[in-house]
Amino acid sequence: MITAAVEQRETYLNASYGLKSWLLTKDHKRIALLYLGTITLFFFIGGVFATLIRLELLTPRGNLVSSDTYNKLFTMHGVVMVFFFLIPSIPATLGNFFLPMMIGARDLAFPRINLLSWYLLVIGGLFAIFAMVAGGVDTGWTFYTPYSTSYSNTWVIATALGIFVAGFSSILTGLNFIVTVHRMRAPGLTWFRLPLFVWAHYATALIQVLGTPVLAVTLALVFCERVFHIGIFDPALGGDPVLFQHMFWFYSHPAVYIMILPAMGVMSELISTFSRKRIFGYGFVAFSSVAIAVLGFLVWGHHLFVAGQSLYAGMVFSFLSYFVAIPSAIKVFNWTATLYKGSISYDTPMLYAFGFIGLFTIGGLTGLFVACLGFDVHVTDTYFVVAHFHYIMVGGAIMAYLGGLHYWWPKMTGRMYPEGWAKLSALVIFLGFNLTFFPQFILGYLGMPRRYHVYPDEFQVLHVLSTAGASVLAVGYVMPIVYLAWSLRYGKLAGDNPWKATGLEWRTASPPPPHNFDVMPVVTHEAYDYSTTVGEAIEVG
Amino acid sequence: MSAPTEHVDSVRTYAIVWIVLLILTGVTTAVAYVDLGHFNVVAALSIAVGKMLLVALFFMHVRHSTQLTRLVVSGGLLWLAILITLTMADVVTRGWIGVPGR
Amino acid sequence: MASHAHAETLAVQEQFDTAAQQKDASGLGMWIFLITEIMFFGGLFLVYIVYRSKYPDVFGAASRSLNATIGAINTAVLLCSSFTMVLAVRAGQLGRRKAIIVFLILTLILGFVFLGVKAYEWNEKFQEHHIPGPSFLMEGVAEQGHAQLFFSLYFAMTGLHALHMVIGAGLLSVLLWQAWRGKFSAAYYTPIDMVGLYWHFVDIIWIYLFPLLYLIDRHGPKP
Repeated sequence: MITAAVEQRETYLNASYGLKSWLLTKDHKRIALLYLGTITLFFFIGGVFATLIRLELLTPRGNLVSSDTYNKLFTMHGVVMVFFFLIPSIPATLGNFFLPMMIGARDLAFPRINLLSWYLLVIGGLFAIFAMVAGGVDTGWTFYTPYSTSYSNTWVIATALGIFVAGFSSILTGLNFIVTVHRMRAPGLTWFRLPLFVWAHYATALIQVLGTPVLAVTLALVFCERVFHIGIFDPALGGDPVLFQHMFWFYSHPAVYIMILPAMGVMSELISTFSRKRIFGYGFVAFSSVAIAVLGFLVWGHHLFVAGQSLYAGMVFSFLSYFVAIPSAIKVFNWTATLYKGSISYDTPMLYAFGFIGLFTIGGLTGLFVACLGFDVHVTDTYFVVAHFHYIMVGGAIMAYLGGLHYWWPKMTGRMYPEGWAKLSALVIFLGFNLTFFPQFILGYLGMPRRYHVYPDEFQVLHVLSTAGASVLAVGYVMPIVYLAWSLRYGKLAGDNPWKATGLEWRTASPPPPHNFDVMPVVTHEAYDYSTTVGEAIEVG
Repeated sequence: MSAPTEHVDSVRTYAIVWIVLLILTGVTTAVAYVDLGHFNVVAALSIAVGKMLLVALFFMHVRHSTQLTRLVVSGGLLWLAILITLTMADVVTRGWIGVPGR
Repeated sequence: MASHAHAETLAVQEQFDTAAQQKDASGLGMWIFLITEIMFFGGLFLVYIVYRSKYPDVFGAASRSLNATIGAINTAVLLCSSFTMVLAVRAGQLGRRKAIIVFLILTLILGFVFLGVKAYEWNEKFQEHHIPGPSFLMEGVAEQGHAQLFFSLYFAMTGLHALHMVIGAGLLSVLLWQAWRGKFSAAYYTPIDMVGLYWHFVDIIWIYLFPLLYLIDRHGPKP
């Protein structure tokens, strides 16, 4: 099954050569790799901004950059990380690659629309990069009016256009996934036999399809206000800036569930494989994915508690915000219960999974803190909120992404990554992450505002700790780039199923053939079937 | 999915729906000139909803469609309702309580 | 049935197993796209609802400055185009090439009539200085800002709608070309079906826009 056979076997990587075969591909696996390259690039662009921010925050005065420049730094960090890295990340890479395989399909329902989605992300990204290079944008990634519409002298239009276009990339991906899961499952694959990764991406797709259009029209209105001077949010005309915030957060709150649900899907795969056990409470986990998607749309007003929203609306949104924590907690309990009496192995993907459980729990619990109306009045717009969302998005989503990337690396490339270096970088990331962001909870509670680069001297120690952590974290993120690239040439050949996992994607070659399966599978067992002869056969074989 | 080949509606069916739609357009225009107070809005929206249902059920074949299609359509309308309702919950209640201390 | 066997291999893309699966997937895809459009237009409807509830009198006055008769006629034009469109789909179901072409052409013509009337209306607004911006002036209204909000919404909503009509006209033209070249049959008319759904949706948007923009408070304020 090794060397000579692999060289001669046709895979999706060697089936055709040349730039055109990649740029005009319809193969979901190649599109996934195109996305992988793109979002990695954006991650490092966002990381550059983060580095500059943390360097500036080493000292209490504005030494490195002016206030105007600092405004641009945190704006562009947010815009790039949210819209061009996190939102696409897991769905467009791991989702694109594995969703069709997990359901036994040859490709997504609409392969050409899939390719279009990638082009839209790239085009949107080019607009955003243009804005950055031409002088930047300083409104915050939230584009609050009337500053963004009437007062800012920066490249708001170009950035808004870039996000608008990238939004359609997200919408089309969601549409594609929904139709694929409904209409292209293999014979015998009922909904409750689907891997939880698929359920998670299905729920994510619902959010993408229902929420993103509202962001699009909101940004279009900002665009029109700046270009055509039709003032929709202009208070001088009787317009309501808080209305902008309602429309913006109607998408942007569910957007955080677009970022975390796929990560939760990865988690279910990792926990089950590395405990060699079916996910405890499969049905609960599946339903909680959909519940998160639905409930996530009912809570956006918790971003407007101090914005001028009515107190009554604030109370309603605060009340509803507690409910959305319940399905997330259900998942964490079920993963933990899966570990109990499982046969646990500590390969790198599992280390990331453990990291996720701890860090996501902290992030999620602090979410309950800020859902409380009274507490939020104290910590809103401080570093407490910054720490809260970084715990979820970095400690949660990015950890799961890296875990998934390592888990499926052998399937995508046919090569194993070097386990020792991978474990080390997971540890470095975990330590660096906590050193960066835990001090920020304290800073925020003590009153350090977000988006400020000048602060009282007594906060400096915590800021220095945070920046020190950020430098460790940066090293941790660079390491996988190096050893994963190395593994492409020198990594051990992986074989079809190095983890002895269940799941249809492991029943075909690594890397897979262009059409995914030589023989179309027929599904007769439930997912994560480690305890029956099917699972045992995989164990032995 | 939206037009299985078994269900070919007759030209007559479509024509009746078309005529009803035109009549409703005339009605809604005429009613707008009569002062019914708050009921004007109710009337206008009810007629609009009625026209939408006619176009959707007959012209878009929703009445022959699968449960999934109907779920998708309802879901979209429900989500718009969520957006409008919760935002208006803020706009409408803004003046209800004063700023503490003033 | 012989035509079924033919249908199995007719234009089925390689990710699908059967033509029926492909048709199903296309339909579901188009409906999901339409609900994204509901949310897209929906944002503008939200803005409209918020500002109309805040400034009902000015919105009423501004609405009265629109020509309701022309609006009603244009609504009727669009409803007629929906009728011809569904007849085109029906012709597709029955595999009647000439009928498909005739009804598509009629739909296109009616669509262009609508757009032409719209252009006339917009020009009227331009003459009356009702275009939002520095030269905006609405007679008889104290709160010029609020009136500008109405017209900003008017142009944003009818503009977005018109853009969708233009795209629809483009799609119809492509269909016309494909129908002319004999691409459609009773076994395969999915593109006509899909464009039909899109066209009807754009019509439904107008069904709401007409009363919401043209018919606010037509009977005028109480003396």
